[in-house]
Amino acid sequence: MTIDIRAVSYFSIMAGLLILVGFAQSWNVSLSILNLCLISAIMALGVNIQWGYAGLFNAGIMGFAALGGLAAVLVSMPAVPKAISAGGSLIFLSFVIAAFTIALAVFIFFKMPNSKTRTSLIIATTVIGYFITRYFFVPGTAAVEAVSPASTGYMGGLGLPVVLSWLVGGIFAGAAAWLIGKITLGLRSDYLAIATLGISEIIVAIIKNEDWMSRGVKNVVGLPRPVPYEIDLQKTAWFQELAAGLGTSVVTFSSIFVKLCYASLFAAVLLVLIWLAQRALNSPWGRMMRAIRDNEVSANAMGKNVTGRHLQVFVLGTVVVGIAGAMLTTLDGQLTPSSYQPLRFTFLVWVMVIVGGSGNNWGSVLGGFLVWFFWVQAEPVGLWLIDILTSPMAEDSPLRLHLISSAAYMRLVTMGLLLLVVLRFSPRGLLPEKSARRQ
Amino acid sequence: MDVLNALVLFSNFVIVPALAYGSQVALGALGVTLIYGILRFSNFAHGATMAFGTMCCVLITWWFKSMGISFGFLPTALLALPFAIILCVGFVLLTDKFVYKFYRRAKASPVILVIASVGMMFVTGGLIRFIIGPNDQQFTDGARFIIKAREFKTMTGLNEGLAIKTSQGLAVFVAFAVVIALFWFLNKTRTGKSMRAYSDNEDLALLSGINPERVVRVTWILAASLATIGGVLYGLDKSFKPFTYDQLLLPFFAAAILGGLGNPFGAIGGGFIVAFSEIMMTYAYKKFFAYLLPADMAPTELWQLFATNYKFAVSFLILVIVLVFMPTGLFKGKSV
Repeated sequence: MTIDIRAVSYFSIMAGLLILVGFAQSWNVSLSILNLCLISAIMALGVNIQWGYAGLFNAGIMGFAALGGLAAVLVSMPAVPKAISAGGSLIFLSFVIAAFTIALAVFIFFKMPNSKTRTSLIIATTVIGYFITRYFFVPGTAAVEAVSPASTGYMGGLGLPVVLSWLVGGIFAGAAAWLIGKITLGLRSDYLAIATLGISEIIVAIIKNEDWMSRGVKNVVGLPRPVPYEIDLQKTAWFQELAAGLGTSVVTFSSIFVKLCYASLFAAVLLVLIWLAQRALNSPWGRMMRAIRDNEVSANAMGKNVTGRHLQVFVLGTVVVGIAGAMLTTLDGQLTPSSYQPLRFTFLVWVMVIVGGSGNNWGSVLGGFLVWFFWVQAEPVGLWLIDILTSPMAEDSPLRLHLISSAAYMRLVTMGLLLLVVLRFSPRGLLPEKSARRQ
Repeated sequence: MDVLNALVLFSNFVIVPALAYGSQVALGALGVTLIYGILRFSNFAHGATMAFGTMCCVLITWWFKSMGISFGFLPTALLALPFAIILCVGFVLLTDKFVYKFYRRAKASPVILVIASVGMMFVTGGLIRFIIGPNDQQFTDGARFIIKAREFKTMTGLNEGLAIKTSQGLAVFVAFAVVIALFWFLNKTRTGKSMRAYSDNEDLALLSGINPERVVRVTWILAASLATIGGVLYGLDKSFKPFTYDQLLLPFFAAAILGGLGNPFGAIGGGFIVAFSEIMMTYAYKKFFAYLLPADMAPTELWQLFATNYKFAVSFLILVIVLVFMPTGLFKGKSV
């Protein structure tokens, strides 16, 4: 592989920016930006697998990331035995009945000839199954939610190491993607976008409202960490010596050390994923994907199963998004359903992919870094700018106050404009996709 | 058994609200379907366009009120509506000129236009929040009710009242008038016919000398006007909050696809089906059945199919069912 001078210089600029923040603001700020940059890069990589390799438009990144976050809770939090004994069996039973209902409906659909009897049988099965499921589900969840609602009120998780949840998050997201892909792929390309938009809203609504599972808007806090706690570090002897040797205060250094631990974990995941993604892109499979993307009709004529490959790549990309979602919740240490905003997830990730360079894995990684960096830094800059611009106005002028309070929304406009401008004037992005032949 | 009371109850909480909401969804879905038929992409910015038009109307209404202009028992917003439509149409035409026109000329694939419309959705959303803020805004005035619940009760002597809000009556009436005008335009005028021709077969339409830019312009004007009217009716009925308007996108798409994308008649039917399903699935039937069933069988639970929080899941379910079983929609739309 040849070394791309453009890529190297862009990444050096990015590193320079982060170092600059380290000196100008603090290393703590710089490292927390870096951690989110790494997660954003993974999310952008996942979307690039869908968009760059196959031209699939996923408008539901938010929901798939939220599924990853849910996985972090369900895997890592300790179980609440009281709640499980109160309502666990009823909820489990209702799930079994729901699964059985769906299986029966699908069975009828495939085994009976298309007729009015079939339709009415399927409807009857679903309706009856729905009511039986609810009959067990509603008292079950009520019992779970009644167990000390202020501190738990949910069933908890499996109490396993949180790193495992990254994988589980990927699987959750992948499963949801498979369902959506199975329904919409093969139809018009717009339908995938609409359906993913819908499913992501629904996933977030479920996480917000199903208190027995995710505590809803009460948030789950205090997720176990994959890295040491600052307090513990500050107490250990070798750490105190190390801090003294470096000439920093133990408290500051412990927080920097924890962030560095996270950063190395995230960087390891990113490197593994990008290695896999690059291998896939340069394999016969990757060539086939690009062939399908560039000319579906002829790829189809060559005997490639276009819909099947689309489904495959859509699931793979979503798995990566789910992993990133679980990592994000791990980093935050809490699941806050109300923080899942389409702007922060779906839209920002799209800006990353388009700006970075669709079809180029390193490009989307760069986009993840760059866009997240400016997204974070634009808020103080925007406020400062509005403050300067409105300084001639009176201190308490209503227009000035309104402008200052609305400054945050200018970020939204700016990001939207950035997307539109790059899409139009430089659709290949900062690091364009290279064709295999020229390499 | 008390069928009359049950029926009145059902009308009050399901039929009347669903008729009003259906009219609003139908107007939005009409815009989506028109843009799809002519420009051939799903416009994700349509909810934001609706919010933009409504915001213009809210601002003008406030201005009118501050000058002491009112519209009797009707909301002042109706006076402001024509000006709001003009502003919204202007805005949408500008976005077409600076955003969509380029891709149309370049014959870009529809998915690129969809992405551009997502970008537009966020730009518009940001502008709206910058101008009017993200909070709830009330802008309705005039008489609140056509029929009040208590008057209805004294009039009929029933236990249950039937209330019809002015905004609900207006929604149905205005939507009806607008739809009639739209169909007259599409079927009888030369421009409308050229639009339908362009939608059916672009190449043939171009061969017969139809100016595509003009067709596109008229489509945007119609879509923006319908969106503004629908948005104002929705805002009068509930309230104006930018976030709620973004969420209306899903019912619009569900209605348009259910009716067959590109088919205006279908969009209206789809809009009412979506609205009725949404309200019927999230209505708690406890009291309704308490009237119908004997006293000892009266339900103790809410008898609600879906919690109100999941109301847009209903649109999504409809969407999924349509995509799985009849991808061209109930009324024949564009091919899959």
